Amino acid sequence: MEAFLSNIDRVVDGFSWTVRLTLLSALFSFVLGVLLTAMRVSPVPLLRGLSTAYVEGIRNTPLTLVLLFCGLGLNSALGLSMADSVAWDVFWWAVIGLSAYTACFVSESLRAGINTIPLGQVEAARSLGLTFTQNLRLIVIPQALRTVVGPLGSVLIALTKNTTVASVAGLGVQEASREMKLMFDQGIAPVLPTFVGFAIGFLILVLPMGYFFGWLAKRVAVVR
Amino acid sequence: MSTQTSVLFDAPGPKARARNVLYTAIALVVFVVGLATLYLGFNQTLRDREASLFDPATWAVNPSGQWAASKWEPFLRPATWTDYVIPGLQNTLTAALTASVLALVFGLVFGIGRLSERWWVRAASGAVVEFFRGIPLLMLIFFTMALPIVAYQLFDIPPGTFQVTALAAVVTGLTLYNGSVLAEVFRAGILAVPKGQSEAAQAIGMTRTQRMWVILIPQAVTAMMPAIVAQLVVLLKDSALGYIIAFPELLRSFTLLATRESNVIPAAIICAVIYIIINLALSRVAIWLERRNARRGKPSAKPTDALDAPLRLGTATGAAGASVAVEPTVQEPLPDTLSEDERTGPGDDSDDGAPRDGRD
Repeated sequence: MEAFLSNIDRVVDGFSWTVRLTLLSALFSFVLGVLLTAMRVSPVPLLRGLSTAYVEGIRNTPLTLVLLFCGLGLNSALGLSMADSVAWDVFWWAVIGLSAYTACFVSESLRAGINTIPLGQVEAARSLGLTFTQNLRLIVIPQALRTVVGPLGSVLIALTKNTTVASVAGLGVQEASREMKLMFDQGIAPVLPTFVGFAIGFLILVLPMGYFFGWLAKRVAVVR
Repeated sequence: MSTQTSVLFDAPGPKARARNVLYTAIALVVFVVGLATLYLGFNQTLRDREASLFDPATWAVNPSGQWAASKWEPFLRPATWTDYVIPGLQNTLTAALTASVLALVFGLVFGIGRLSERWWVRAASGAVVEFFRGIPLLMLIFFTMALPIVAYQLFDIPPGTFQVTALAAVVTGLTLYNGSVLAEVFRAGILAVPKGQSEAAQAIGMTRTQRMWVILIPQAVTAMMPAIVAQLVVLLKDSALGYIIAFPELLRSFTLLATRESNVIPAAIICAVIYIIINLALSRVAIWLERRNARRGKPSAKPTDALDAPLRLGTATGAAGASVAVEPTVQEPLPDTLSEDERTGPGDDSDDGAPRDGRD
Protein backbone atom coordinates (compact mmCIF):
# COMPACT_ATOMS: atom_id res chain seq x y z
CA MET A 1 0.00 0.00 0.00
CA GLU A 2 2.89 2.39 0.71
CA ALA A 3 4.15 2.02 -2.82
CA PHE A 4 0.71 3.00 -4.05
CA LEU A 5 0.41 5.93 -1.67
CA SER A 6 3.82 7.22 -2.65
CA ASN A 7 2.50 7.47 -6.21
CA ILE A 8 -0.64 9.24 -5.12
CA ASP A 9 0.18 12.25 -7.28
CA ARG A 10 -0.15 10.10 -10.40
CA VAL A 11 -3.49 8.83 -9.14
CA VAL A 12 -4.70 12.34 -8.50
CA ASP A 13 -3.45 13.40 -11.92
CA GLY A 14 -5.34 10.53 -13.56
CA PHE A 15 -8.53 11.40 -11.76
CA SER A 16 -8.13 15.07 -12.61
CA TRP A 17 -8.37 14.11 -16.29
CA THR A 18 -11.33 11.89 -15.52
CA VAL A 19 -13.13 14.74 -13.78
CA ARG A 20 -12.34 17.20 -16.56
CA LEU A 21 -13.59 14.77 -19.19
CA THR A 22 -16.74 14.14 -17.18
CA LEU A 23 -17.59 17.78 -16.51
CA LEU A 24 -17.02 19.07 -20.02
CA SER A 25 -18.72 16.10 -21.69
CA ALA A 26 -21.64 16.40 -19.30
CA LEU A 27 -22.06 20.05 -20.22
CA PHE A 28 -21.87 19.55 -23.98
CA SER A 29 -23.92 16.37 -24.01
CA PHE A 30 -26.64 18.07 -21.99
CA VAL A 31 -26.86 20.98 -24.42
CA LEU A 32 -26.78 18.67 -27.41
CA GLY A 33 -29.26 16.32 -25.77
CA VAL A 34 -31.79 19.10 -25.15
CA LEU A 35 -31.35 20.25 -28.73
CA LEU A 36 -31.86 16.71 -30.04
CA THR A 37 -34.98 16.33 -27.93
CA ALA A 38 -36.39 19.62 -29.16
CA MET A 39 -35.72 18.49 -32.73
CA ARG A 40 -37.27 15.11 -32.01
CA VAL A 41 -40.61 16.60 -30.94
CA SER A 42 -40.60 19.55 -33.35
CA PRO A 43 -43.19 20.14 -36.06
CA VAL A 44 -40.54 19.93 -38.78
CA PRO A 45 -40.34 16.39 -40.17
CA LEU A 46 -36.77 16.77 -41.38
CA LEU A 47 -35.56 17.78 -37.91
CA ARG A 48 -37.43 14.86 -36.39
CA GLY A 49 -35.87 12.47 -38.86
CA LEU A 50 -32.35 13.78 -38.38
CA SER A 51 -32.64 13.58 -34.61
CA THR A 52 -34.08 10.07 -34.69
CA ALA A 53 -31.42 8.83 -37.08
CA TYR A 54 -28.65 10.37 -34.99
CA VAL A 55 -29.91 9.03 -31.67
CA GLU A 56 -30.69 5.54 -32.94
CA GLY A 57 -27.43 5.32 -34.84
CA ILE A 58 -25.00 6.53 -32.21
CA ARG A 59 -26.81 4.84 -29.35
CA ASN A 60 -26.37 1.44 -30.96
CA THR A 61 -22.72 1.97 -31.79
CA PRO A 62 -20.17 0.94 -29.17
CA LEU A 63 -18.55 3.88 -27.43
CA THR A 64 -15.16 2.41 -28.28
CA LEU A 65 -15.95 2.75 -31.95
CA VAL A 66 -17.26 6.30 -31.54
CA LEU A 67 -14.08 7.36 -29.77
CA LEU A 68 -11.89 5.50 -32.23
CA PHE A 69 -13.66 7.31 -35.03
CA CYS A 70 -12.93 10.62 -33.32
CA GLY A 71 -9.34 9.69 -32.61
CA LEU A 72 -8.33 7.98 -35.83
CA GLY A 73 -10.90 9.24 -38.30
CA LEU A 74 -11.89 12.81 -37.62
CA ASN A 75 -8.71 13.81 -35.89
CA SER A 76 -6.40 12.77 -38.69
CA ALA A 77 -8.75 13.12 -41.65
CA LEU A 78 -9.91 16.62 -40.92
CA GLY A 79 -6.45 17.56 -39.75
CA LEU A 80 -7.98 19.79 -37.14
CA SER A 81 -5.89 20.54 -34.13
CA MET A 82 -7.95 21.46 -31.11
CA ALA A 83 -5.10 22.50 -28.87
CA ASP A 84 -1.36 23.05 -28.92
CA SER A 85 -0.25 20.10 -26.83
CA VAL A 86 -1.05 16.53 -27.77
CA ALA A 87 -2.53 15.81 -24.34
CA TRP A 88 -5.11 18.55 -24.71
CA ASP A 89 -5.73 17.80 -28.37
CA VAL A 90 -6.75 14.20 -27.66
CA PHE A 91 -8.60 15.42 -24.61
CA TRP A 92 -10.86 17.63 -26.71
CA TRP A 93 -11.46 14.88 -29.25
CA ALA A 94 -12.41 12.58 -26.39
CA VAL A 95 -14.79 15.23 -25.08
CA ILE A 96 -16.37 15.48 -28.53
CA GLY A 97 -16.79 11.73 -28.78
CA LEU A 98 -18.15 11.30 -25.26
CA SER A 99 -20.54 14.23 -25.71
CA ALA A 100 -21.80 12.93 -29.04
CA TYR A 101 -22.42 9.53 -27.47
CA THR A 102 -23.90 10.66 -24.16
CA ALA A 103 -26.20 13.19 -25.81
CA CYS A 104 -28.25 10.29 -27.19
CA PHE A 105 -28.94 9.02 -23.72
CA VAL A 106 -29.71 12.48 -22.40
CA SER A 107 -32.12 12.92 -25.28
CA GLU A 108 -33.80 9.56 -24.68
CA SER A 109 -34.24 10.32 -20.98
CA LEU A 110 -35.68 13.75 -21.71
CA ARG A 111 -38.06 12.36 -24.28
CA ALA A 112 -39.29 9.79 -21.79
CA GLY A 113 -39.75 12.71 -19.39
CA ILE A 114 -41.78 14.63 -21.95
CA ASN A 115 -44.01 11.61 -22.31
CA THR A 116 -44.86 11.76 -18.60
CA ILE A 117 -46.23 15.30 -18.82
CA PRO A 118 -50.02 15.21 -18.71
CA LEU A 119 -51.63 16.20 -21.98
CA GLY A 120 -53.66 18.87 -20.17
CA GLN A 121 -50.50 20.88 -19.50
CA VAL A 122 -49.62 21.09 -23.15
CA GLU A 123 -53.18 21.61 -24.27
CA ALA A 124 -53.64 24.41 -21.75
CA ALA A 125 -50.45 26.04 -22.98
CA ARG A 126 -51.59 25.79 -26.57
CA SER A 127 -55.01 27.18 -25.78
CA LEU A 128 -53.31 30.17 -24.19
CA GLY A 129 -51.72 30.73 -27.57
CA LEU A 130 -48.15 29.75 -26.75
CA THR A 131 -46.09 28.88 -29.79
CA PHE A 132 -44.24 25.57 -30.06
CA THR A 133 -40.99 27.11 -28.83
CA GLN A 134 -42.68 28.90 -25.94
CA ASN A 135 -44.56 25.76 -25.09
CA LEU A 136 -41.35 23.77 -25.03
CA ARG A 137 -39.33 26.38 -23.17
CA LEU A 138 -41.88 27.42 -20.56
CA ILE A 139 -44.06 24.37 -20.01
CA VAL A 140 -42.63 21.15 -21.32
CA ILE A 141 -38.86 21.20 -20.78
CA PRO A 142 -38.99 22.53 -17.17
CA GLN A 143 -41.39 19.80 -16.14
CA ALA A 144 -39.65 17.13 -18.14
CA LEU A 145 -36.31 18.08 -16.61
CA ARG A 146 -37.69 17.76 -13.11
CA THR A 147 -39.09 14.35 -13.92
CA VAL A 148 -35.87 13.02 -15.34
CA VAL A 149 -33.42 14.25 -12.71
CA GLY A 150 -32.97 10.67 -11.54
CA PRO A 151 -32.33 9.17 -14.99
CA LEU A 152 -30.07 12.07 -15.91
CA GLY A 153 -28.08 11.31 -12.78
CA SER A 154 -27.69 7.75 -14.03
CA VAL A 155 -26.52 9.07 -17.37
CA LEU A 156 -23.95 11.25 -15.64
CA ILE A 157 -22.70 8.30 -13.60
CA ALA A 158 -22.48 6.18 -16.73
CA LEU A 159 -20.57 9.02 -18.38
CA THR A 160 -18.12 9.17 -15.49
CA LYS A 161 -17.40 5.49 -15.92
CA ASN A 162 -17.34 5.78 -19.69
CA THR A 163 -14.52 8.32 -19.57
CA THR A 164 -12.22 5.35 -19.05
CA VAL A 165 -12.79 4.39 -22.68
CA ALA A 166 -11.01 7.62 -23.67
CA SER A 167 -7.79 5.75 -22.98
CA VAL A 168 -8.40 3.89 -26.25
CA ALA A 169 -5.61 3.81 -28.80
CA GLY A 170 -5.61 6.81 -31.07
CA LEU A 171 -6.73 9.02 -28.22
CA GLY A 172 -4.95 7.82 -25.11
CA VAL A 173 -6.13 10.42 -22.67
CA GLN A 174 -4.12 9.95 -19.51
CA GLU A 175 -7.19 9.37 -17.36
CA ALA A 176 -7.52 7.19 -14.29
CA SER A 177 -7.88 3.75 -15.86
CA ARG A 178 -4.94 4.33 -18.19
CA GLU A 179 -2.89 5.54 -15.26
CA MET A 180 -3.87 2.38 -13.42
CA LYS A 181 -2.90 0.19 -16.36
CA LEU A 182 0.45 1.96 -16.63
CA MET A 183 1.08 1.45 -12.94
CA PHE A 184 0.25 -2.25 -13.35
CA ASP A 185 2.59 -2.60 -16.29
CA GLN A 186 5.46 -0.60 -14.91
CA GLY A 187 5.27 -2.57 -11.69
CA ILE A 188 5.84 0.49 -9.54
CA ALA A 189 3.19 -0.61 -7.07
CA PRO A 190 1.57 -3.97 -6.28
CA VAL A 191 -1.47 -4.59 -8.47
CA LEU A 192 -4.09 -5.31 -5.86
CA PRO A 193 -3.68 -2.15 -3.75
CA THR A 194 -3.48 -0.10 -6.93
CA PHE A 195 -6.72 -1.56 -8.22
CA VAL A 196 -8.46 -1.08 -4.88
CA GLY A 197 -7.16 2.47 -4.69
CA PHE A 198 -8.46 3.41 -8.12
CA ALA A 199 -11.73 1.60 -7.46
CA ILE A 200 -12.19 3.63 -4.28
CA GLY A 201 -11.43 6.74 -6.30
CA PHE A 202 -14.24 5.94 -8.70
CA LEU A 203 -16.60 5.06 -5.89
CA ILE A 204 -15.82 8.42 -4.29
CA LEU A 205 -16.80 10.09 -7.54
CA VAL A 206 -19.84 7.96 -8.31
CA LEU A 207 -21.57 7.16 -5.04
CA PRO A 208 -22.15 10.78 -3.91
CA MET A 209 -23.48 11.53 -7.39
CA GLY A 210 -26.00 8.73 -7.00
CA TYR A 211 -27.15 9.93 -3.60
CA PHE A 212 -27.19 13.56 -4.68
CA PHE A 213 -29.35 12.87 -7.72
CA GLY A 214 -31.60 10.57 -5.72
CA TRP A 215 -32.11 13.36 -3.21
CA LEU A 216 -32.54 15.99 -5.91
CA ALA A 217 -35.03 13.85 -7.80
CA LYS A 218 -37.20 13.61 -4.71
CA ARG A 219 -36.84 17.30 -3.99
CA VAL A 220 -37.81 18.61 -7.38
CA ALA A 221 -40.36 15.92 -8.15
CA VAL A 222 -43.53 17.24 -9.72
CA VAL A 223 -46.41 16.24 -7.49
CA ARG A 224 -49.33 15.14 -9.58
CA MET B 1 -44.92 8.85 -30.89
CA SER B 2 -46.75 10.67 -33.62
CA THR B 3 -49.86 11.06 -31.52
CA GLN B 4 -47.74 12.13 -28.58
CA THR B 5 -45.75 14.77 -30.37
CA SER B 6 -48.55 16.26 -32.38
CA VAL B 7 -50.06 17.35 -29.09
CA LEU B 8 -47.21 19.78 -28.68
CA PHE B 9 -48.26 21.91 -31.63
CA ASP B 10 -51.37 22.76 -33.58
CA ALA B 11 -52.04 21.85 -37.16
CA PRO B 12 -49.89 24.43 -38.93
CA GLY B 13 -51.52 27.46 -40.48
CA PRO B 14 -50.03 29.42 -43.36
CA LYS B 15 -47.51 31.24 -41.17
CA ALA B 16 -46.44 28.13 -39.34
CA ARG B 17 -46.10 26.26 -42.62
CA ALA B 18 -43.87 29.00 -43.97
CA ARG B 19 -41.82 28.86 -40.79
CA ASN B 20 -41.54 25.10 -41.01
CA VAL B 21 -40.31 25.39 -44.56
CA LEU B 22 -37.73 27.90 -43.37
CA TYR B 23 -36.58 25.58 -40.57
CA THR B 24 -36.43 22.69 -42.98
CA ALA B 25 -34.27 24.76 -45.31
CA ILE B 26 -31.95 25.81 -42.49
CA ALA B 27 -31.67 22.25 -41.21
CA LEU B 28 -31.01 21.03 -44.73
CA VAL B 29 -28.25 23.58 -45.22
CA VAL B 30 -26.61 22.71 -41.93
CA PHE B 31 -26.90 19.01 -42.67
CA VAL B 32 -25.48 19.35 -46.18
CA VAL B 33 -22.62 21.55 -44.97
CA GLY B 34 -21.84 18.94 -42.33
CA LEU B 35 -21.89 16.12 -44.85
CA ALA B 36 -19.77 18.15 -47.26
CA THR B 37 -17.23 18.85 -44.54
CA LEU B 38 -16.98 15.18 -43.75
CA TYR B 39 -16.82 14.29 -47.44
CA LEU B 40 -14.07 16.79 -48.19
CA GLY B 41 -12.22 15.96 -45.01
CA PHE B 42 -12.07 12.27 -45.78
CA ASN B 43 -11.56 12.95 -49.47
CA GLN B 44 -8.31 14.63 -48.44
CA THR B 45 -8.24 17.05 -51.32
CA LEU B 46 -8.39 20.28 -49.38
CA ARG B 47 -5.22 19.91 -47.46
CA ASP B 48 -2.99 18.76 -50.32
CA ARG B 49 -2.88 21.91 -52.31
CA GLU B 50 -4.25 25.38 -52.48
CA ALA B 51 -7.61 24.12 -53.61
CA SER B 52 -10.64 26.33 -53.70
CA LEU B 53 -14.07 25.10 -52.78
CA PHE B 54 -15.35 26.02 -56.22
CA ASP B 55 -12.86 23.97 -58.12
CA PRO B 56 -14.53 20.79 -59.41
CA ALA B 57 -11.30 18.90 -58.80
CA THR B 58 -11.76 19.46 -55.08
CA TRP B 59 -15.06 17.68 -55.18
CA ALA B 60 -14.03 14.82 -57.42
CA VAL B 61 -13.34 11.58 -55.60
CA ASN B 62 -9.70 11.58 -54.70
CA PRO B 63 -8.11 8.23 -55.56
CA SER B 64 -6.00 8.41 -52.39
CA GLY B 65 -8.86 9.69 -50.26
CA GLN B 66 -11.17 7.55 -48.17
CA TRP B 67 -14.01 7.56 -50.71
CA ALA B 68 -12.00 6.00 -53.50
CA ALA B 69 -13.46 2.79 -54.83
CA SER B 70 -10.26 0.94 -53.96
CA LYS B 71 -10.86 1.67 -50.29
CA TRP B 72 -14.27 0.05 -50.41
CA GLU B 73 -13.33 -2.75 -52.73
CA PRO B 74 -11.96 -4.99 -49.91
CA PHE B 75 -15.52 -5.39 -48.66
CA LEU B 76 -16.47 -7.00 -51.93
CA ARG B 77 -13.82 -9.67 -51.53
CA PRO B 78 -15.00 -12.84 -49.80
CA ALA B 79 -11.64 -13.19 -48.05
CA THR B 80 -12.25 -9.99 -46.11
CA TRP B 81 -15.40 -11.42 -44.67
CA THR B 82 -14.09 -14.91 -44.01
CA ASP B 83 -10.73 -13.77 -42.62
CA TYR B 84 -11.68 -10.70 -40.67
CA VAL B 85 -15.36 -9.98 -40.20
CA ILE B 86 -16.80 -13.41 -39.51
CA PRO B 87 -14.11 -14.49 -37.01
CA GLY B 88 -14.44 -11.12 -35.30
CA LEU B 89 -18.19 -11.44 -35.15
CA GLN B 90 -17.82 -14.97 -33.82
CA ASN B 91 -15.54 -13.78 -31.04
CA THR B 92 -17.86 -10.91 -30.18
CA LEU B 93 -20.84 -13.23 -30.03
CA THR B 94 -18.93 -15.87 -28.05
CA ALA B 95 -17.90 -13.30 -25.47
CA ALA B 96 -21.33 -11.72 -25.35
CA LEU B 97 -23.22 -15.00 -25.10
CA THR B 98 -20.94 -16.50 -22.45
CA ALA B 99 -21.05 -13.31 -20.47
CA SER B 100 -24.84 -13.09 -20.84
CA VAL B 101 -25.39 -16.53 -19.38
CA LEU B 102 -22.93 -15.95 -16.56
CA ALA B 103 -24.29 -12.47 -15.87
CA LEU B 104 -27.84 -13.81 -15.63
CA VAL B 105 -26.70 -16.42 -13.11
CA PHE B 106 -24.67 -13.83 -11.22
CA GLY B 107 -27.59 -11.41 -11.25
CA LEU B 108 -30.05 -14.02 -10.04
CA VAL B 109 -27.77 -15.14 -7.20
CA PHE B 110 -27.00 -11.65 -5.96
CA GLY B 111 -30.47 -10.27 -6.64
CA ILE B 112 -31.93 -12.98 -4.42
CA GLY B 113 -29.03 -12.52 -2.03
CA ARG B 114 -30.01 -8.91 -1.51
CA LEU B 115 -33.46 -10.07 -0.46
CA SER B 116 -32.20 -12.72 1.93
CA GLU B 117 -33.52 -13.02 5.46
CA ARG B 118 -30.01 -13.11 6.88
CA TRP B 119 -28.54 -9.68 7.26
CA TRP B 120 -25.00 -10.74 6.46
CA VAL B 121 -26.05 -12.26 3.14
CA ARG B 122 -27.91 -9.05 2.34
CA ALA B 123 -24.96 -6.91 3.32
CA ALA B 124 -22.43 -8.99 1.41
CA SER B 125 -24.54 -9.17 -1.74
CA GLY B 126 -25.26 -5.46 -1.52
CA ALA B 127 -21.59 -4.64 -1.17
CA VAL B 128 -20.63 -6.84 -4.14
CA VAL B 129 -23.35 -5.41 -6.36
CA GLU B 130 -22.65 -1.80 -5.45
CA PHE B 131 -18.92 -2.26 -5.89
CA PHE B 132 -19.05 -3.80 -9.34
CA ARG B 133 -21.73 -1.39 -10.46
CA GLY B 134 -19.75 1.59 -9.24
CA ILE B 135 -16.43 1.01 -10.97
CA PRO B 136 -15.81 1.18 -14.70
CA LEU B 137 -15.95 -2.02 -16.68
CA LEU B 138 -12.60 -1.28 -18.27
CA MET B 139 -10.90 -1.30 -14.87
CA LEU B 140 -12.37 -4.72 -14.13
CA ILE B 141 -11.03 -5.98 -17.44
CA PHE B 142 -7.57 -4.54 -16.77
CA PHE B 143 -7.54 -6.06 -13.31
CA THR B 144 -8.55 -9.48 -14.59
CA MET B 145 -5.76 -9.31 -17.14
CA ALA B 146 -3.33 -8.52 -14.33
CA LEU B 147 -4.40 -11.46 -12.14
CA PRO B 148 -1.22 -13.48 -12.82
CA ILE B 149 0.79 -10.54 -11.49
CA VAL B 150 -1.45 -10.41 -8.44
CA ALA B 151 -0.93 -14.12 -7.87
CA TYR B 152 2.83 -13.61 -8.10
CA GLN B 153 2.87 -10.62 -5.79
CA LEU B 154 0.58 -12.07 -3.15
CA PHE B 155 1.13 -15.82 -3.23
CA ASP B 156 4.49 -16.12 -4.95
CA ILE B 157 2.99 -18.15 -7.76
CA PRO B 158 5.64 -17.81 -10.46
CA PRO B 159 4.56 -15.85 -13.51
CA GLY B 160 3.56 -18.07 -16.39
CA THR B 161 1.85 -20.65 -14.19
CA PHE B 162 -1.44 -19.51 -15.57
CA GLN B 163 -2.49 -17.03 -18.17
CA VAL B 164 -5.61 -14.97 -18.40
CA THR B 165 -6.73 -14.86 -21.99
CA ALA B 166 -8.26 -11.71 -23.37
CA LEU B 167 -11.53 -13.58 -23.82
CA ALA B 168 -11.56 -14.61 -20.17
CA ALA B 169 -10.86 -11.05 -19.07
CA VAL B 170 -13.62 -9.61 -21.24
CA VAL B 171 -16.12 -12.23 -20.12
CA THR B 172 -15.21 -11.75 -16.45
CA GLY B 173 -15.57 -7.99 -16.68
CA LEU B 174 -18.83 -8.14 -18.58
CA THR B 175 -20.21 -10.75 -16.19
CA LEU B 176 -19.37 -8.85 -13.02
CA TYR B 177 -20.59 -5.50 -14.27
CA ASN B 178 -23.75 -6.55 -16.09
CA GLY B 179 -24.46 -9.21 -13.51
CA SER B 180 -24.57 -6.51 -10.86
CA VAL B 181 -26.93 -4.42 -12.94
CA LEU B 182 -29.11 -7.46 -13.59
CA ALA B 183 -29.12 -8.22 -9.86
CA GLU B 184 -30.80 -4.88 -9.33
CA VAL B 185 -33.26 -5.64 -12.13
CA PHE B 186 -34.17 -8.99 -10.62
CA ARG B 187 -34.48 -7.47 -7.16
CA ALA B 188 -36.74 -4.72 -8.44
CA GLY B 189 -38.80 -7.29 -10.30
CA ILE B 190 -39.22 -9.51 -7.28
CA LEU B 191 -40.17 -6.54 -5.13
CA ALA B 192 -42.74 -5.48 -7.71
CA VAL B 193 -44.67 -8.74 -7.53
CA PRO B 194 -47.80 -8.01 -5.49
CA LYS B 195 -47.49 -8.99 -1.87
CA GLY B 196 -50.63 -11.10 -2.10
CA GLN B 197 -48.78 -13.57 -4.31
CA SER B 198 -46.18 -14.26 -1.69
CA GLU B 199 -48.75 -14.29 1.10
CA ALA B 200 -50.96 -16.74 -0.75
CA ALA B 201 -48.00 -19.01 -1.29
CA GLN B 202 -47.17 -18.79 2.38
CA ALA B 203 -50.78 -19.56 3.25
CA ILE B 204 -50.72 -22.83 1.33
CA GLY B 205 -47.59 -23.83 3.18
CA MET B 206 -44.79 -23.17 0.71
CA THR B 207 -41.35 -22.70 2.15
CA ARG B 208 -39.44 -19.50 1.52
CA THR B 209 -37.34 -21.14 -1.17
CA GLN B 210 -40.38 -22.56 -2.89
CA ARG B 211 -42.09 -19.19 -2.80
CA MET B 212 -39.05 -17.58 -4.32
CA TRP B 213 -38.53 -20.08 -7.13
CA VAL B 214 -42.08 -21.13 -7.90
CA ILE B 215 -44.02 -17.92 -7.34
CA LEU B 216 -41.86 -14.81 -7.30
CA ILE B 217 -39.02 -15.36 -9.75
CA PRO B 218 -41.13 -16.55 -12.71
CA GLN B 219 -43.38 -13.51 -12.40
CA ALA B 220 -40.48 -11.15 -11.85
CA VAL B 221 -38.54 -12.47 -14.83
CA THR B 222 -41.56 -12.21 -17.11
CA ALA B 223 -42.22 -8.66 -16.07
CA MET B 224 -38.57 -7.66 -16.32
CA MET B 225 -37.88 -9.35 -19.62
CA PRO B 226 -37.65 -6.09 -21.61
CA ALA B 227 -35.18 -4.65 -19.12
CA ILE B 228 -33.15 -7.83 -19.17
CA VAL B 229 -32.93 -7.83 -22.96
CA ALA B 230 -32.03 -4.13 -22.92
CA GLN B 231 -29.19 -4.89 -20.54
CA LEU B 232 -28.01 -7.68 -22.82
CA VAL B 233 -27.83 -5.13 -25.65
CA VAL B 234 -25.59 -3.04 -23.41
CA LEU B 235 -23.50 -6.11 -22.73
CA LEU B 236 -23.08 -6.84 -26.42
CA LYS B 237 -22.06 -3.25 -27.09
CA ASP B 238 -19.63 -3.27 -24.20
CA SER B 239 -17.92 -6.35 -25.55
CA ALA B 240 -16.27 -3.89 -27.94
CA LEU B 241 -14.12 -2.84 -24.97
CA GLY B 242 -12.22 -6.03 -25.68
CA TYR B 243 -10.61 -4.00 -28.44
CA ILE B 244 -8.55 -2.17 -25.85
CA ILE B 245 -6.95 -5.36 -24.53
CA ALA B 246 -6.43 -6.75 -28.05
CA PHE B 247 -9.21 -9.33 -27.88
CA PRO B 248 -9.81 -10.12 -31.57
CA GLU B 249 -13.49 -9.18 -31.61
CA LEU B 250 -15.42 -7.41 -34.33
CA LEU B 251 -14.03 -3.93 -33.77
CA ARG B 252 -10.48 -5.25 -33.52
CA SER B 253 -10.81 -7.16 -36.81
CA PHE B 254 -12.05 -4.02 -38.47
CA THR B 255 -9.13 -1.96 -37.20
CA LEU B 256 -6.71 -4.65 -38.35
CA LEU B 257 -8.37 -4.56 -41.73
CA ALA B 258 -8.29 -0.78 -41.74
CA THR B 259 -4.57 -0.81 -41.02
CA ARG B 260 -3.89 -3.32 -43.77
CA GLU B 261 -5.98 -1.62 -46.41
CA SER B 262 -5.62 1.90 -44.95
CA ASN B 263 -9.35 2.45 -45.24
CA VAL B 264 -10.21 3.69 -41.77
CA ILE B 265 -13.43 5.42 -42.70
CA PRO B 266 -15.06 2.68 -44.81
CA ALA B 267 -14.13 0.14 -42.14
CA ALA B 268 -15.55 2.32 -39.36
CA ILE B 269 -18.77 2.87 -41.26
CA ILE B 270 -19.33 -0.79 -42.06
CA CYS B 271 -18.39 -1.84 -38.54
CA ALA B 272 -20.87 0.65 -37.09
CA VAL B 273 -23.57 -0.60 -39.44
CA ILE B 274 -23.04 -4.18 -38.30
CA TYR B 275 -23.26 -3.20 -34.63
CA ILE B 276 -26.32 -1.04 -35.26
CA ILE B 277 -28.13 -3.84 -37.09
CA ILE B 278 -27.45 -6.37 -34.33
CA ASN B 279 -28.39 -4.00 -31.54
CA LEU B 280 -31.51 -2.70 -33.27
CA ALA B 281 -32.62 -6.28 -33.83
CA LEU B 282 -32.14 -7.06 -30.15
CA SER B 283 -33.96 -3.87 -29.17
CA ARG B 284 -36.88 -4.94 -31.37
CA VAL B 285 -37.00 -8.16 -29.36
CA ALA B 286 -37.21 -6.12 -26.17
CA ILE B 287 -40.01 -3.97 -27.58
CA TRP B 288 -41.84 -7.04 -28.80
CA LEU B 289 -41.57 -8.62 -25.36
CA GLU B 290 -42.84 -5.43 -23.79
CA ARG B 291 -45.85 -5.31 -26.09
CA ARG B 292 -46.54 -8.95 -25.52
CA ASN B 293 -46.51 -8.32 -21.79
CA ALA B 294 -48.88 -5.41 -22.28
CA ARG B 295 -51.20 -7.52 -24.44
CA ARG B 296 -51.42 -10.20 -21.84
CA GLY B 297 -53.67 -7.97 -19.86
CA LYS B 298 -52.59 -6.89 -16.46
CA PRO B 299 -49.26 -8.45 -15.57
CA SER B 300 -48.97 -9.06 -11.89
CA ALA B 301 -45.70 -7.17 -11.64
CA LYS B 302 -45.94 -4.02 -13.66
CA PRO B 303 -42.83 -3.73 -15.75
CA THR B 304 -42.78 0.04 -15.62
CA ASP B 305 -43.04 0.37 -11.89
CA ALA B 306 -39.85 -0.74 -10.40
CA LEU B 307 -37.53 -0.23 -13.29
CA ASP B 308 -34.61 2.06 -13.42
CA ALA B 309 -35.11 4.27 -16.37
CA PRO B 310 -31.68 3.90 -17.97
CA LEU B 311 -32.19 0.21 -18.23
CA ARG B 312 -35.20 0.95 -20.26
CA LEU B 313 -33.48 3.32 -22.59
CA GLY B 314 -32.89 0.57 -25.03
CA THR B 315 -36.54 -0.12 -25.26
CA ALA B 316 -38.17 3.18 -24.51
CA THR B 317 -38.65 4.26 -28.05
CA GLY B 318 -41.99 5.57 -27.03
CA ALA B 319 -43.68 3.70 -29.80
CA ALA B 320 -45.48 1.53 -27.35
CA GLY B 321 -46.54 4.58 -25.42
CA ALA B 322 -46.42 2.43 -22.36
CA SER B 323 -42.91 3.40 -21.44
CA VAL B 324 -43.61 6.59 -19.64
CA ALA B 325 -42.88 5.86 -16.04
CA VAL B 326 -39.39 7.25 -15.92
CA GLU B 327 -38.80 7.78 -12.30
CA PRO B 328 -40.69 5.57 -9.90
CA THR B 329 -40.57 8.07 -7.07
CA VAL B 330 -42.51 10.76 -8.84
CA GLN B 331 -45.34 8.60 -10.00
CA GLU B 332 -48.42 8.40 -7.91
CA PRO B 333 -48.17 5.61 -5.36
CA LEU B 334 -49.17 2.33 -6.84
CA PRO B 335 -51.23 0.66 -4.20
CA ASP B 336 -50.87 -2.88 -5.35
CA THR B 337 -47.18 -3.06 -6.02
CA LEU B 338 -44.71 -1.16 -3.93
CA SER B 339 -46.53 -0.46 -0.73
CA GLU B 340 -44.52 0.79 2.16
CA ASP B 341 -44.42 -2.44 4.08
CA GLU B 342 -42.63 -3.99 1.15
CA ARG B 343 -40.00 -1.36 1.49
CA THR B 344 -39.45 -2.05 5.13
CA GLY B 345 -38.84 -5.63 4.19
CA PRO B 346 -35.44 -6.93 3.21
CA GLY B 347 -33.16 -4.72 1.23
CA ASP B 348 -34.65 -1.51 2.53
CA ASP B 349 -31.60 0.61 2.10
CA SER B 350 -31.59 0.91 -1.61
CA ASP B 351 -34.57 2.97 -2.52
CA ASP B 352 -32.85 6.29 -2.70
CA GLY B 353 -29.83 5.24 -4.65
CA ALA B 354 -31.79 3.12 -7.06
CA PRO B 355 -31.71 4.83 -10.41
CA ARG B 356 -28.09 4.99 -11.07
CA ASP B 357 -26.84 2.24 -13.26
CA GLY B 358 -27.01 1.64 -16.91
CA ARG B 359 -23.60 2.07 -18.24
CA ASP B 360 -25.21 3.29 -21.36
